[in-house]
Formats: sequence, structure tokens, C-alpha cells
Amino acid sequence: MYRYDEFDHGFVKERVVQFRDQVQRRLDGELSEDEFKPIRLMNGLYLQLHAYMLRVAIPYGTLSSVQMRRLAHIARKYDKGYGHFTTRQNIQYNWPKLVDTPDILDELAEVEMHALQTSGNCIRNVTSDQYAGVAADEIEDPRIYAEIIRQWSTLHPEFTFLPRKFKIAVTGAETDRAAVKLHDIGIAMLRNAAGEPGFRIDVGGGMGRTPIVAVTIREFLPKRDLLAYLEAILRVYNTLGRRDNIYKARIKILVQSEGAERFAELVEEEFAHLKGGPLALPQAEIDRIRAYFAPPSYRALEDEPRELARARDADEEFAAWLRTNVAPHKQAGYAIVNVSLKPVGGIPGDASAEEMDAVADLAERYSFGEIRVTHEQNLTLPYVEQKELYELWLTLKIHGLATANIGHAGDIIACPGLDYCALANARSIPVAQEISERFADIRRQHDIGRMTLNISGCINACGHHHVGNIGILGVDKNGEEFYQITLGGRADEKAAVGRIVGPAFSFDEVPDAVEKIVETYLELREDDEESFVDAYARLGADPFKEALYAAR
Amino acid sequence: MPLVKDKQIIEDRWTHVADGEDIPTDTAVIVSADRWRADRESLVHRNGETGVRLRNDQSPEDVAEDLHRFGVVALEFPAFKDGRAYTQARLLRERYRFDGEIRAFGDVLRDQLLFMQRCGIDAFEIRKQADAEAFETAVNEISVFYQPAADDRRTVTALRHRALASWAY
Repeated sequence: MYRYDEFDHGFVKERVVQFRDQVQRRLDGELSEDEFKPIRLMNGLYLQLHAYMLRVAIPYGTLSSVQMRRLAHIARKYDKGYGHFTTRQNIQYNWPKLVDTPDILDELAEVEMHALQTSGNCIRNVTSDQYAGVAADEIEDPRIYAEIIRQWSTLHPEFTFLPRKFKIAVTGAETDRAAVKLHDIGIAMLRNAAGEPGFRIDVGGGMGRTPIVAVTIREFLPKRDLLAYLEAILRVYNTLGRRDNIYKARIKILVQSEGAERFAELVEEEFAHLKGGPLALPQAEIDRIRAYFAPPSYRALEDEPRELARARDADEEFAAWLRTNVAPHKQAGYAIVNVSLKPVGGIPGDASAEEMDAVADLAERYSFGEIRVTHEQNLTLPYVEQKELYELWLTLKIHGLATANIGHAGDIIACPGLDYCALANARSIPVAQEISERFADIRRQHDIGRMTLNISGCINACGHHHVGNIGILGVDKNGEEFYQITLGGRADEKAAVGRIVGPAFSFDEVPDAVEKIVETYLELREDDEESFVDAYARLGADPFKEALYAAR
Repeated sequence: MPLVKDKQIIEDRWTHVADGEDIPTDTAVIVSADRWRADRESLVHRNGETGVRLRNDQSPEDVAEDLHRFGVVALEFPAFKDGRAYTQARLLRERYRFDGEIRAFGDVLRDQLLFMQRCGIDAFEIRKQADAEAFETAVNEISVFYQPAADDRRTVTALRHRALASWAY
């Protein structure tokens, strides 16, 4: 993984010193809360309902065991013993004290981490595929380019006060696990007719109040032009993006109002000036960054070792976990292991300090000391030997981290909602917990098959409800919480925005409504190969509407 | 209001003239781009120097042909959150090769000074005296730069590859 050199170390240290001074000026009353706000936001510090919230960047979701232990330590020392992994592969702490935050940033800097650009109207922390570097269907490790973009965007002097926040995601694989079509810029690696690797550039995707799937404005961009092209997009957006209305300020609104074709022309015009200039990416720089992401020293192993087959045959529960939580690896004899942070009745994405330490230890023992954070709010161990899967699973079970529900009904994405967030209209976490309890029977989940269920506590859509196969959005109606249900959303390479199925449900009605949707699917699916979202595409909304509202 | 240029708080010899106001003959004035277009003939033949003020939604391209006539281009920051002028500054320096003064006015705060300087702004009308006095600290708090801009600071990429090249010998 990427390691800081003396420049990076120097940089984050300077930032902490600067922030310490800014916090001191705030504590001394030299800065008002209004004046302090933009400063703290540039360091990932929000003021929430009950306390400050610190969001720490985990670039493209890659963590070392050392870093994970430090996150656990911060949770213990400065917070209430836990942290919350977010849908942008970051972690947030809900209870830090303002006076402690410079010390927290110091602790992070020691392990090559920071909280920069996790908030504010800047280019946010870049996200990527949690299977980067290990996916079989990958052209190149997307983290090479995510890291290049991370560096280029770090305190970018021109693009720190954009009309609105700006999110970039990169994938190197055919299967899109990074939801690139739902980002301000989505970058997907592909090969041109000559077989050279490059990028497809999608722009203007996003969720929030106006969910839109991104449009492709460049079918193929050579690697050396990556940063020049991104700078061109950002420059057009910075100049023309709306600033009069916060809800119309994202780039997606500009792309829609100009039209994709016109927007692409504007970008190309700007790009013509920038192409080949100081932003051109030399191969030497790509190679230098690539070296950081070299594969670990794999052992020569065979797929399907005897130990694995024996354990699978002997232990049904283990076999079920293998099917849901373990993915194929590009290296023979290895596997990708997903660690579910969605125990039955738990809070999606929350991890205690003990759990973080446990995962750090397991990564060290079984996965070359590396961990990934997924945008579904789970963790991934990317390099596990197949013959060690059973042993790993047994240990995960002891820590309550072996729930076999990845990609199933219990693997709920949820934002913090009204329990923490100052923007929320309704609670998300208790809804997730109720549904999770309702589908507690893991066999039933497996029978239902693959399904995503996403919950947001307000229209800002941090819980990605628009792209859940079942999406749940909390709204406020005269002081009471109601929940709108959407169906048919998806965040993969066939990205689509779900459609509202009908009138909203009260808090208490939501689990029954979800149950009815699932039952309807089970009755009508062609066979158990047809997933929920495929069945919905075939059947349309009517049978689900009928089931939900006929008796009302 | 303090004006900072060349690391110092200096006397401002330029006067902002609003669109309806009379233009003095000999003093250095900054007029709006609209005024410049409307009164171009008389402004060109004045004795005093002229500078131009761009609104946020105006492109430097609008005045590109006349840039050599301006001692100053003034860019507005109506609120610190409005970052359009950063792009205007870079275009003026990098695309139109303007080498006169580019000044920032409006909501110019200490914590934005470094970004402004990196984009090519070299004069700052700073509201708060304390911010103006902290100028040197503010633009030197960070010494590592990850992307090329309109200033002559070396980027880390350049420094790294220089280091790599020197090890090779």
C-alpha cells in the first residue's frame, strides 16, 4: 500500500500545527463559531446534534493493521469506545472534544493518516473498489490512479471553494463495486481498440435530492491526460456551477442544464489548453506510485486445497459463510474475505475498539496486514490463503464478525440518521435494527438471495437509499417520522435509481412492509436464480404495490 | 482597509471607482469591466493609470485583448465560499500571461491567502488588520505542494523525481 515519504510526513505535520493554532484561536474566542466553521470543515470536523463529529479519511478504503489499531486506540481514548465506518470508506467518531482534536490528528499523522477533505466544498476523499488489486476481472489496480488523484487534489488551491462537495470514484474492474456511476466523476479503466489501458470518464452522477446516474463524456482517456482532464472538468464546474441554491449546486445539475454533449464540449475546450502541460502524467510517476501497490509476496498455492473442502463438507455454517462472504481471488490458492459489520440487530458500520483490534490482528496473521473498508460499511481482508479460511472463520465467529450476510437482506447500509446527524429528518439506525431482527434467520436470508437494502434519514441520501434494491427514506410529516420505500435501485455497473412504490409508512409499519415486498418476490420469482432486482425489473412495481396497499 | 503586497502592508495608490461615479483624470483607478467597455475610448486616453475589476461571472477572456493596458486586475470574493476568482486568477496568469497586479478584494480571510497566492494573486485587500499582520505566517504555514498552479513553488512530484534522478547518478 501507499507509504508516506518525507514530503507527505512533513505536510500532515504542518497541517496539524496549523489546525492546533486555529483551534486555540477558537478556544480563546479570537475566532467566532462562524469564522471557525470553514476551518474545522477543512479538517473533517462537523458540529452535530450532540457533539463534534470527526471524520477521518481512509483513502480509497485501504488500511494497514497498524492504522486500524490506531483507530481503535482513538475510539478508546477520545471517544466512547467505537467508531462508525461510512459509505465513503471513511470512519467517523461521534463524540470527540474540540480541545482533543489536534491531539487526535497528531495520533493519526503518526500512522500516515489525516482528516483532510472529508468535508467542505472541495474534492473529497477518493473512493475505489474494495477488491482493488485482487479482483480477477481487473485491468489495473485502480488505487494507483486514486492515489495520484488524492495527491493532486490535496489542498488544490483552485478547487477548495467549489459550488458544492465533489466526489470522485475509480474502478479498475468490469464489475463496478465502487458505484462510479453515482459520483460527480466516475472513472472506469478499460482498454481501447489498440489494447492500451485508459479511462472512461463519467460525470454528473449523484444521489441526494436529485438522484442521477452519471453520463459518459469521454469514452477513452489516455493515462497521461488523467489529471489535465480532471482539472478541465473541475474548472468548468467551478466557473459555471450554480452557487445561488445549495440544492442545485452539484455538478449533476450543471451537466443536466447544459446537456451532456454541451458540457463535454466545454470540458474538451478547456482540456485542449491543459493537455500536455505541467499536469501531464509521466510514465515514471505512474510507475513510482504503482510500486507501492505491488502485490504481496504470495506463496505458490493451489486453488481448492483439501483443508478447505474438508471443512466445507463438515460444517454447514462455514459453507454458508463461504458462499456469501468470500469472493474469488486472482491469485491461485487465495481468497477475499468480507467481514460483516452488520450483526443481527446491530448498527450498520459501527465497530467497537475491540472489534477493530481483532480485525487488525487477523489481518496481520492472515492477510499481509492489510484491510479494506467497503462503501457498504463492511471490512475486507484481501489476501487470505484458502487453506486458512476455516481457522479465520472460527476466530471471526468468536468476535461476532462472521455474520454470513454480505450482499443479503441483513447487510443494510444506513446513515447515522436522527440519532446523531444535524441534518436528519428521521432515525435510520433503529429502522435498520428492526429490519435486521426481522431477517435474523440467516437461512431465510440465503433463501431470499442477493439483495441490497439501504436506509437514509433524510433526502441527502448518505444511506444511498436511491440505489438500494429496496430503499428506505426517512421523512418528517408534521413532526412524525415516516418512511418512503423505493424499489429497483442498484449501484453496480447497471446503476439505476429506485422508484417510489407508494405512500410512506410509519416507523412501526416499515418492517412489515419490507417483509411483504420480500414475500411477494419469493412468490413470483421464476426460480431461486432470479435475484430480487431482476425479478423487479421483469415484474414492475404493480404486484408489490398490490401487496403493500391492497389491504389498506 | 489594509492592502498587502510584496509581503508588506502598503499604501494603496489605486482607487476603486463605482459605475456611476466620475473618473478623476490623473489618479490610478480601478473600474468595472462593464465601465471599461462602455467608456473605453476616454479611458484609454486618460493620463492616469487604469485597472479593471472583474465580477465573478465574467471571464478574463472578455478583457483579454486589453490586458496590457491594465496595471491591476481586481477579482472579487463576495464570500470566502465563492471560489470562482481562483479560476479567474489562474487563467489570467497562465493562459493570458498577465504580469501586472492581480488583487483580491471582498471577503479575503487569513485562511485563504495561501490558496490565492498560489493561483497568482499578489495583492490582497484584507478586511481584518490582524489577518493582514499575519500574512507571512499564513502563506508559509504549509511548505508541501501537490499540484502545479500559477506560482513558482516546486511541487512534490518535481522534487521527488529530482531526488530519484540524482540517486541514479
